[in-house]
Amino acid sequence: MTQNVDAIVVGGGIHGCSTTLHLCLAGLKPVLIEKDYAGRHASGVNAGGVRQLARHIPEIPLSIRSMGIWEKISDLLDDDCSFESYGQVLVAENEEELAVCRARVAELNALGFTHEELIDGAELRRLVPAVAETCPGGVVSRRDGAANPAQTTTAFRRKAQQLGATVREGVAATNIRYSDGLWYVDVGSESFAAPVLVNAAGAWAGKIAAALGEPVPVETVAPMLMITSRVPHFIDPVVILRGRKLSFKQFSNGTVLIGGGHLATPYQDRNETVLDWKSLAISARTVFELFPVMRSATIVRAWAGIEAKMKDDIPVFGPSSRHKGLYHQFGFSLHGFQLGPGAGAVMAELIVNGGTQTRISDLGIDRFHPTTL
Amino acid sequence: MTVAPKREDYDVVVIGAGPAGLAAAATSAEAGLSTLLLDENVGPGGQVFRAISSTPVTDRNQLGADYWVGADLVRSLRASSAEVIHRATVWSLDRNLDIAVSVGGASAFVKAKRMILATGALERPFPIPGWTLPGVMTAGAAQTMLKSSALVPDGRTVIAGQGPLLWLLAAQILRLGGRIDRILDTTERGNYFAALPHALAFVTSPYFAKGLSMMREVKAKVQVVSGITELSASGDGQLASVSYVAGGKRETIPADLLLLHQGVVPNVNLAMSAGIEHRWDDLQLCWSPVLDASGNSSVAGIAIAGDGAGIGGANAAVVRGRIAARAAVEALVPAAAAKLAPMATLRSELAKAERGRVFLDTLFRPSPQFRIPTGDTIVCRCEEVTAKDVLDSVAIGATGPNQLKAYRRTGMGPCQGRLCGLTVTELMAQARNKTPQEIGYYRLRAPVKPITLAELAAVPKSGADVKAVVRG
Repeated sequence: MTQNVDAIVVGGGIHGCSTTLHLCLAGLKPVLIEKDYAGRHASGVNAGGVRQLARHIPEIPLSIRSMGIWEKISDLLDDDCSFESYGQVLVAENEEELAVCRARVAELNALGFTHEELIDGAELRRLVPAVAETCPGGVVSRRDGAANPAQTTTAFRRKAQQLGATVREGVAATNIRYSDGLWYVDVGSESFAAPVLVNAAGAWAGKIAAALGEPVPVETVAPMLMITSRVPHFIDPVVILRGRKLSFKQFSNGTVLIGGGHLATPYQDRNETVLDWKSLAISARTVFELFPVMRSATIVRAWAGIEAKMKDDIPVFGPSSRHKGLYHQFGFSLHGFQLGPGAGAVMAELIVNGGTQTRISDLGIDRFHPTTL
Repeated sequence: MTVAPKREDYDVVVIGAGPAGLAAAATSAEAGLSTLLLDENVGPGGQVFRAISSTPVTDRNQLGADYWVGADLVRSLRASSAEVIHRATVWSLDRNLDIAVSVGGASAFVKAKRMILATGALERPFPIPGWTLPGVMTAGAAQTMLKSSALVPDGRTVIAGQGPLLWLLAAQILRLGGRIDRILDTTERGNYFAALPHALAFVTSPYFAKGLSMMREVKAKVQVVSGITELSASGDGQLASVSYVAGGKRETIPADLLLLHQGVVPNVNLAMSAGIEHRWDDLQLCWSPVLDASGNSSVAGIAIAGDGAGIGGANAAVVRGRIAARAAVEALVPAAAAKLAPMATLRSELAKAERGRVFLDTLFRPSPQFRIPTGDTIVCRCEEVTAKDVLDSVAIGATGPNQLKAYRRTGMGPCQGRLCGLTVTELMAQARNKTPQEIGYYRLRAPVKPITLAELAAVPKSGADVKAVVRG
């Protein structure tokens, strides 16, 4: 029995869930298909950074659009997602790095973006009192913050379901095919058909795109994170470094999340990762040097989520260049969480209205090969 | 002495120096394999032979003949060439057999060709109202103090629960002059009938006579109330009384110390974090690793022996340790296996050691009301999550323990689920009308035991880092 719906979304990460919800808000009846459960991979286990700071220029409009939704996330989802907004700070550890920061802010200003702001040493220490004395300044994006990723992804899934989306978890989408203006997907013993198919399958999306004749340069990666036991409150904003791989965030319960993009080895077919403790030790050394207050904290857990990284580090977002009714939303390359709410809204506009006011033209799959439609 | 491992690579690394680990390491070293035994305690013995080389309790009858068997195992190990490191905490193990171990506040990495995990058992959580009050502790913790320091309770003491260890502990406390006011036996009456078909194997097992005489010894000195159907502890910031229902009648007695025990379950954290497949054991009501007849797990090169492989007791643990070690020897240096006891002999010894186990498992199967709490009873002690909190999360869409983390942070505290994991699985299974196997367990992550940031920061740099520094 094939069930007809308005759209099929493959992948229950924050992107698939957000798109599903926004399709519901637009009055469509979508089905969301997730082979594990919503938020099982990168969307549920990332650092939770809600960051416009230090983004690639092509995705800044999408990031700003998303920020507006984050700031009203409770209204949208009936769940606060533990979102908090104490800003994100990029720390320059020396004058050379500060010069790079200065040039970056000037470039953004010239393009009309004002969310990044250059700060001197005094403002840096006001925002991050615990930072080492030697750091001369940095950049702040004051509206940025952090949220709980698993809670957020789950909240999107739940709200979509409440608004009428069909959700299938624990069964993979298989046998994806196009016939007579409809996309067909098998889900266990069920089949769904819809005029629209959204490929939001994260680390598994590259295979889907390739199978549909649109191969892209993508690899599967697993960025590592570790979290400490509770330590006395000493920092509010999220801190990232200009010159070294480190991101740093203290939660309201006192635990501190340490990330920055060192990679584990992914075993994608087994849903597993093997951590690289020698790389995590590099993160530990960086924290040890910059935040002496952290030296006696204990590390209670480390992990890595599986996700897709594009060769050019920016996502594939927008309509297929080959197939009618097919849309791609993947390859967020370690920085997709903040984009989720906005990308879902924009994707729904593309599907329902055929266009969007948000500039996304540099993110299309056609950047890898010419349109053949 | 706390020194780092002497080498970076070993033929066999054994984790845990309880009965299984002692036997495995001695067997492997005896066959000529380079063998490292890592153990978290200050001396060999694990829990069952705790402080075997150092206990201040010298009267052999007080701890019982079974305890002193451990001394022979330690002698064999010390006579072998195995490298043994105590106070060594293995905090990471992965499917490539890379091991991270903390010794004396410094971490080292070693690699094994084969691994034998002998990480033993943990006491099953006993989540009753008031179980987090100061003054309530597990029987195992009391036994640790007794064995290592000859400390026994002297205040008003109640022991509640069931299982062989409960009676053993009671006997040991009494022999050392400690005080027990009452024993509350929670064994379900129906279990006696359920266990009956397995009784023949039990009465011909070594457990039978010993168990019976121990229970007689305890019952001669302490009032035992059986058929307990409800149990709670209360007090204002400190245990003051224990309340129970037996035969439909409620009674409350004042108490300074309540010792709880309802059996032991495999300590699965290290094995699960390495990616080893486990399945729900419907008889023992816990997760057990999926193993072949030689103890080999789903991860190539890693075997599990002892109670970590499924509860079998100390005698079975020793044999399982030898079997796993022999299998490692056969895999690495087949010729050397000729020196060891033949596999067929070991397997028949194991069958003998395991006789009577089904009877014990059936008789001492804990009742649902003592495994699956309700209402305001705490489930997760680290994050203070109640049974009601878990059920509320299920109602709004939490489908399993890993999803529950997003709602309630259960299992994310320092205990890594050791005190709540089984409860959460069974509670969610009941609420969602699924089997525990379908509900699953927390995905466990290294570090399996916490390490300080300073310790991680100080680990030896990789070869590439060192070269980069040398080049300047």
